[in-house]
Amino acid sequence: MADKIATREAYGNALAELGEINKDIVVLDADLAEATKTCIFKKKFPERFIDCGIAENNMFSVAAGLSTCGKIPFASTFAMFAAGRSFDQVRNSIGYPHLNVKICATHAGISVGEDGATHQCNEDIALMRTIPGMVVINPSDGVEARAAVMAAVEYNGPVYIRFGRLALPIINNNEGYKFEIGKAIKMAEGTDVTIVANGMMVSEALEAKKILAEEGISASVINAHTVKPLDVETIVSDAKKTGAVVVSEEHNIIGGLCSAVAEAIGENYPVPVVRHGVEDVFGKSGPAKELIEYYGLNAKGIVEKAKKAISLKK
Amino acid sequence: MENEKILALQKIATEIRLGIVEAVFNAKSGHPGGALSSADILACLYFSELNVDVNNPKDENRDRFVMSKGHSCPGLYSALALKGYFPATELKSFRHTGALLQGHPDMKAISGVDMSAGSLGQGFSCACGMALAAKLNGKDYRTYALVGDGESQEGQVWEAIMFAAHYKLDNLCLIIDNNGLQIDGRVSDVMNTMPYESKLEAFGWNVITIDGHNIEEILDAFKKAKRVKGKPTAIVAKTVKGKGVSFMEDQASWHGKAPNEEQYNQAMAELTAYKNSLGGNN
Repeated sequence: MADKIATREAYGNALAELGEINKDIVVLDADLAEATKTCIFKKKFPERFIDCGIAENNMFSVAAGLSTCGKIPFASTFAMFAAGRSFDQVRNSIGYPHLNVKICATHAGISVGEDGATHQCNEDIALMRTIPGMVVINPSDGVEARAAVMAAVEYNGPVYIRFGRLALPIINNNEGYKFEIGKAIKMAEGTDVTIVANGMMVSEALEAKKILAEEGISASVINAHTVKPLDVETIVSDAKKTGAVVVSEEHNIIGGLCSAVAEAIGENYPVPVVRHGVEDVFGKSGPAKELIEYYGLNAKGIVEKAKKAISLKK
Repeated sequence: MENEKILALQKIATEIRLGIVEAVFNAKSGHPGGALSSADILACLYFSELNVDVNNPKDENRDRFVMSKGHSCPGLYSALALKGYFPATELKSFRHTGALLQGHPDMKAISGVDMSAGSLGQGFSCACGMALAAKLNGKDYRTYALVGDGESQEGQVWEAIMFAAHYKLDNLCLIIDNNGLQIDGRVSDVMNTMPYESKLEAFGWNVITIDGHNIEEILDAFKKAKRVKGKPTAIVAKTVKGKGVSFMEDQASWHGKAPNEEQYNQAMAELTAYKNSLGGNN
């Protein structure tokens, strides 16, 4: 496996792999197959690929209809349109009847890059996790993206999976790796602060742990790939040990993983929770890597927030 | 066509209307106007056209029906109750807290409901998915969807119209309940959607325009729709909102309002008198 791969690429590959195994899988896209990477499935199984044109609302409701007849639809477009434009369709056509549709949204977050604010969806996790019964997953690398797709097929119900445009380092390519919906992964043990992250921020969290260690601060790192259902037990038990939490995600600090963790900590074991993410602003155009620095969505940003969390301990 | 069958369906349509008034009166809310306008279509669907089995409501080979104009569900519920999917007494607790019959169709809870609907424009797209699934699965069931003329102002309806023609869904039948009224008034005044015929034909559809209260025309349109291959068929059903209850007919104000007791008694009396006038056994 390459050192780096975009989670959207891993998604496309996983679909093509699954297509062989499960004949009920159908893939829908809204004229973005080349970008979402559903084109990999399309090439292999053209008869099971349904291009809906630039009409996302119809696409998600069509997917709902297909699922009532035994199909397992994977419906893809950019996160902005899946969670944003088609929120009503995802909620009412798919979520309310709890249908077996997999909403696979790519190009989430700031790392979309040059397309700018209109296409950088920093609100999708917040929107999706308010829908009752919706599983919400934000994988941290290509290995996890593939595993999430495989797990989503095994799960009977609606699942939202967020994929990114940017190539990410592979961090889960180890023998003991096991993906389970709703089960966070403890990436590193620590005693002074708990870093909870998902998506592209997990590798940054591991970097942040190294920087903090140099300053004598011991951080544990939890990969909360599933935002809903959140693994409250793993997060709270670690917070009990460290007494301070920082949450990092490539998303608005309002409503997403930051909020989910703050809710869980507040209700179970109140300790300081500091949020690290996009601070309630729209994105901008620019190369993804530059934007990541611009918005501080990196290890350095996590380190600052971790220190703040520690300083807030009573 | 045998007169007996037509008469029987007219009686069933009237039974459906009685159920609609019963449900909405007991709920003290709901949408009688568009339910009453679609009652004859529902009678023809559930008591002649649809290949469905009340004892096997999830049969994968059954025909599908989607009430995309979900607010007209008192009509659907009334038809399903008559068909035997659940006891008719459930109609009296329509919209009540904790009751079976939700304000808009809920496929998870209510036997016989093929799709949850209510947010306008979505149900018809779902029906497109069901029709496409039949093609993919090599099954010969048909899918029917009832869309309101006001509902067709939703952009999603036209996305679906485009989609169904593109994928040549000749196993799909769209019925437009063209009663000409919506909450704010005449469809032609609020946001004109007509004419349907030339628009749908331009999108590549086969179009049949009928009197949506004429049983013979409804059944004939279903028959013709089945014979058309390579494109979907739309039946533009000209109807009267509130049909069958004199004071509700062609009144936008009866879109989403329940009758009071006096109005309820009058409506039930009118419908019962009409049913009796059709003769035969009750």
